[in-house]
Amino acid sequence: MLSIFLLISAAFFSIGLLAALSRRHAIFILIGIEMMLAAASLNFVAFWRFGPSPHQPTGVMIAIFAIAIAAAEAAVGLALVIAVYRHYRTTSVDQLDQLKG
Amino acid sequence: MSRDAVDQIFVSVKRLLLSPLAHLPAWLIQIVSSLINIAALLGVFLTLFAAMSVLERKILGRMQNRYGPNRVGPFGLLQPVADGIKMLIKEDVVPARADKVVHFLAPILIAAAAILALGVIPYGRNMTPFAIDGGILFFFAVGSATELGVFMAGWGSNNKFSMLGAMRAIAQMFSYELPLIITTIPVVMIVGSLVPDQIVAAQSSFWFVFTPWGATAFILFFVSGLVESNRTPFDVPEGESEIVAGHMTEYSGFKYATFFLAEYIGMFAVSGLAVTLFLGGWHAPIQSLDFVPSYLWFFAKLSFLLFVYIWVRGTLPRIRVDQMMNFAWKFMLPMSFACIVAAAVWHFTGRGWFSWLWSLGVLAVVYVALSILLDTKRKFAPRTYRFAE
Amino acid sequence: MNTAALAIIAIFTLSAALAAATLPKLMHAALMFAAAFVGLAAFFFLLSAEFLGLVLVFVYVGAVAVLIVFTILLTRHDLEKDRGFNLSGIIVAIAVFIGLAIAIFKTGSLPVVTPEIPTLTVKQIGAALMTDYVWPLQCVGILLTAALIGALILVIEEKK
Repeated sequence: MLSIFLLISAAFFSIGLLAALSRRHAIFILIGIEMMLAAASLNFVAFWRFGPSPHQPTGVMIAIFAIAIAAAEAAVGLALVIAVYRHYRTTSVDQLDQLKG
Repeated sequence: MSRDAVDQIFVSVKRLLLSPLAHLPAWLIQIVSSLINIAALLGVFLTLFAAMSVLERKILGRMQNRYGPNRVGPFGLLQPVADGIKMLIKEDVVPARADKVVHFLAPILIAAAAILALGVIPYGRNMTPFAIDGGILFFFAVGSATELGVFMAGWGSNNKFSMLGAMRAIAQMFSYELPLIITTIPVVMIVGSLVPDQIVAAQSSFWFVFTPWGATAFILFFVSGLVESNRTPFDVPEGESEIVAGHMTEYSGFKYATFFLAEYIGMFAVSGLAVTLFLGGWHAPIQSLDFVPSYLWFFAKLSFLLFVYIWVRGTLPRIRVDQMMNFAWKFMLPMSFACIVAAAVWHFTGRGWFSWLWSLGVLAVVYVALSILLDTKRKFAPRTYRFAE
Repeated sequence: MNTAALAIIAIFTLSAALAAATLPKLMHAALMFAAAFVGLAAFFFLLSAEFLGLVLVFVYVGAVAVLIVFTILLTRHDLEKDRGFNLSGIIVAIAVFIGLAIAIFKTGSLPVVTPEIPTLTVKQIGAALMTDYVWPLQCVGILLTAALIGALILVIEEKK
């Protein structure tokens, strides 16, 4: 039972990785990162549920803080995307190479 | 029949309906029980929606010194039937370059979110359709899915006015979502639970609206509810003279009726929650009036709140967008935090008469401070007269 | 019954996530992202962490999805399709998934039967937040305030 949840969380993580690696639009990369964070929280809660001490809310606590931090990071990331768009008029991360070389 | 039999008549009817199925496995009985709950909920609230659509127009008409609709049926009460037939036989026009799937799913999502929110409100003694542990949180989580539906409606129509209306609607909705949620925190804090049944049970001796923090929280919650359902005076999203119909411009026929339905059911849900949190749920005001069944008390209080909604609609003009945003962020948010502090002060000074005055003092201090800080000193230009030469 | 629900929710969530990762149109991908998180919240319900599922719907579908959709709107200039898709990303993702799956199956002593646990009420979570986890709570509060102020400063337009 635990391995099924871990497998699903691993699948979700790799789909998030797929989104983060193979897209050119900055917002898609952020979507991928959010999915990876959520998959990790699912992993924590699955281990808490089937683990040795389910009467202590440890896994749920970690997941709550992870969700809060992910939301803050999404906000700042999207603000960055808007600021970059205003300056360079593009959201494709391939064209953001001013610091290259 | 005894008082309890009348009070629990719906619970006994449901138990009667489930008794021939006692031999089925447990999960199947649970599914059938949920389906019966859902059918009852939909039946009651869709009828209430139909009744309210005509009653609202009649009451508005009376306030404006005219009759409302009075042609169809006795006193115009069969008007919803005529409206329904009209909506059903209208041609469903979808813009050619609109995104078909998103355009179709948007009203469904908004209506589904509104109806889902109805499921956690206690309508009578032992009559909560779905009693889950985080009841109030479920209500707000589902309510925040409405914003996504509004956005889908605005974007899927491929129309700049729709997009503008959708953005204004979403800005308005999430600005007022914060006061809506924060004003429920004092109640949850004092009761110590998120379960609506326990919140109603904690109000058996006095209603929370009769405490200073409760009254302030109730007024703030009610105003935020007005905004969340896009009612006048906050109906900038459907401001007809400004942006045609906002995000609902490109919808005709039954889809427009679905938006209408979603707005009204959102109103019912927020009023139901206000009754549960502040007005004592299904309790009678005085102990001696206890013989009246609990669901009748709930619906009486709900009807009173809906009447106040209609009353406000008939009285106040539309508020400008920037005035509305200023009001939300600069006044309502600090006042809602002050409510939490006032509730804590009330609780920790013993919940007596003196603590009533203490918490009233906290609220008065914050209110006076806000009114001094937010005083926009308008300098009027000197009046000049220009005459034609 | 539990397995059937798990299978349905898993198929729904993973297909929505796959659609969010691969659809060319931005808006559709953002809406599929919201649907994938609703599915993930259902997973948390299955794991008897109901509060967490509701918080997930609240934060992600109610706030982060709306943020993403707003940002897509504000950074448009009439380019609605994402024109590029690097295929090497698929290879890396599949490799990572295979690696994780091998690790999961090779791990030994995992319980097969679902143990019954006492329900975790919101009251217990609140009590834990205020006693054992008060430091992380304050730190997350400061972090959120900093993120709020930072995002505002990044986006605010200077008055010329």
